[in-house]
Amino acid sequence: MTALPAQWLEKDRRKLRVEEAAIGDRVYEIITAVCALIIPALVVAIAVAIFAAAWPAFAKLGLSIVTSSNWDVAGGHFGAAPALFGTLVSSAVALIIATPLAIGVAIFLSEFSPSWLRQPVGFLVDLLAAIPSVVYGLWGIFVLIPLLREQVMPFLRDTLHLGATPLFSGPAYGPSMLAAGLILAIMALPYISAVAREVLLAVPRSQREAALALGATRWEMIRDAVIPYARSGIIGGIMLGLGRALGETMAVTMVIGNRPEISASLFAPGYTMASLIANEFSEATNDLHLSALMAVGASLFVITLLVNAVARWLVWSVSRGRAK
Amino acid sequence: MIGLTYLSAILATLPLILILAHLVQKGASSLSLAFFTHMPQPVGEAGGGMANAIVGTLVLIGTASLMGLPIGIGAGLYLAEKRSTPLAYTVRFLSDVLNGLPSIVIGIFAWEFLVRPIGHFSALAGGLALGAMMIPLVTRTTEEMLLVVPTSLREAALALGYPRWRTSISVVLRTALAGIATGALVAVARIAGETAPLLFTAFGNQFWSTSVREPIAALPLQIFTYAISAYDEWHRQAWAGALVLIAMVLIISIAARFVTRSRFGAPVD
Repeated sequence: MTALPAQWLEKDRRKLRVEEAAIGDRVYEIITAVCALIIPALVVAIAVAIFAAAWPAFAKLGLSIVTSSNWDVAGGHFGAAPALFGTLVSSAVALIIATPLAIGVAIFLSEFSPSWLRQPVGFLVDLLAAIPSVVYGLWGIFVLIPLLREQVMPFLRDTLHLGATPLFSGPAYGPSMLAAGLILAIMALPYISAVAREVLLAVPRSQREAALALGATRWEMIRDAVIPYARSGIIGGIMLGLGRALGETMAVTMVIGNRPEISASLFAPGYTMASLIANEFSEATNDLHLSALMAVGASLFVITLLVNAVARWLVWSVSRGRAK
Repeated sequence: MIGLTYLSAILATLPLILILAHLVQKGASSLSLAFFTHMPQPVGEAGGGMANAIVGTLVLIGTASLMGLPIGIGAGLYLAEKRSTPLAYTVRFLSDVLNGLPSIVIGIFAWEFLVRPIGHFSALAGGLALGAMMIPLVTRTTEEMLLVVPTSLREAALALGYPRWRTSISVVLRTALAGIATGALVAVARIAGETAPLLFTAFGNQFWSTSVREPIAALPLQIFTYAISAYDEWHRQAWAGALVLIAMVLIISIAARFVTRSRFGAPVD
């Protein structure tokens, strides 16, 4: 047996190494692609599973699931209109309170804050997003609700005479749409302010300098040059906060009072879609009940999906200009 | 107007300070060693703790991480390397969709998939529901951290004859490791306090259990049950539980910031 010339062996070995690398690359690519594909698969699976489970209810009850306000498990009526109403109103209250604050903080952090304050304040606001919602709920039950019942509600109704308007009339129970809106405002605030801060920082320096060069004060610069430029991104941030608020479950369930009624007063207890599911799902008595709750979940899925898609698109449309 | 922005900064940080103050004030008095080592007591009996719920939460976090971390990091690698393929755009968008889904929706999905067919609640179902919530968070931060790694590093490794997969794992991933660890910790902190996805999956358990096939207690679930109960003793336990939970979450969140800082000097902007 004659030995092969050394350079042949060397060549073989190198070829082998290249082949090995090619196999490794292939395996690596497949593994990462599978990981990436799990995400769409999961989203599709969630959509299919929930809509399939909701189908019997949609087929039997049609749109009355979201238009009727008669939720009577024993009688087989499943109208979740009060929950839909509560979800929309509590989120609207939350945004009305959180938006000005969040934009204020974002402007403070991006424009006025002394540099030593920027990090700590930003961190504290971000931490609001880290507090578990059940802790917000606990705080809501034992601190916020007594405060609302004994101080804030009487003050709004009697001292400010807002009781004449339907929004602030009626007895002050405590657990109420107002309590849910306030808790949701605190929870949505860090999301809105994080996005707003990001898009404000993405506004080009030239935009600011041009305004200052034209003789604008700092505030005029922000009002006329910075905010208009960042507007759609800020709206995107608000929508992201809205998406969070719409789907929030625990904190709201703990403070809203869980009463399926539509009332004009913010002092009255209400219900939301998420809390309806949380309260009744594990005690669903029959298949239609379960399916109706799935239908509520499916509606929530669609609403949050739409809100988030619009939000992402708005934020993206502003931040893509950032690299320039 | 400038004053108003200062005011909103104060108002925005106020709730956090108030909540933390109340937690410490009401929680600390009910907190004792027994809280960590004892089981919950029946109604009416004083004392007791949440040992099973604390361990249960750790089991759930572990299960969730086993699912969420590898898939999230793998997907992040894919997105960072195939940045502008149609699939990458789709995955990125759907990852945002998944991130925006209400946690209760994830909960009923996990129930439909993992509880209904099996016939009983389990820690596994709860852990996987939390894992599904982790995936988009980990994916997003992994991708962002990988994009910060200079191309020259990757090119240098390739020029030395490293295969592409070795380059990605030993050079690019390693360089970004601190950032990815931050992302992982943030994701863990976020799911540690989740309650809604556990309501119909892990369900809670009055007894000691660490099996993933059985229903398991969890700190957030226990806090919820105690908070909406009518007993003062349970309320005190709920505050103590909340204090432990928030301490856990804050320590993880703050650790996450320091992991990045020690590596890069300051958080990457």
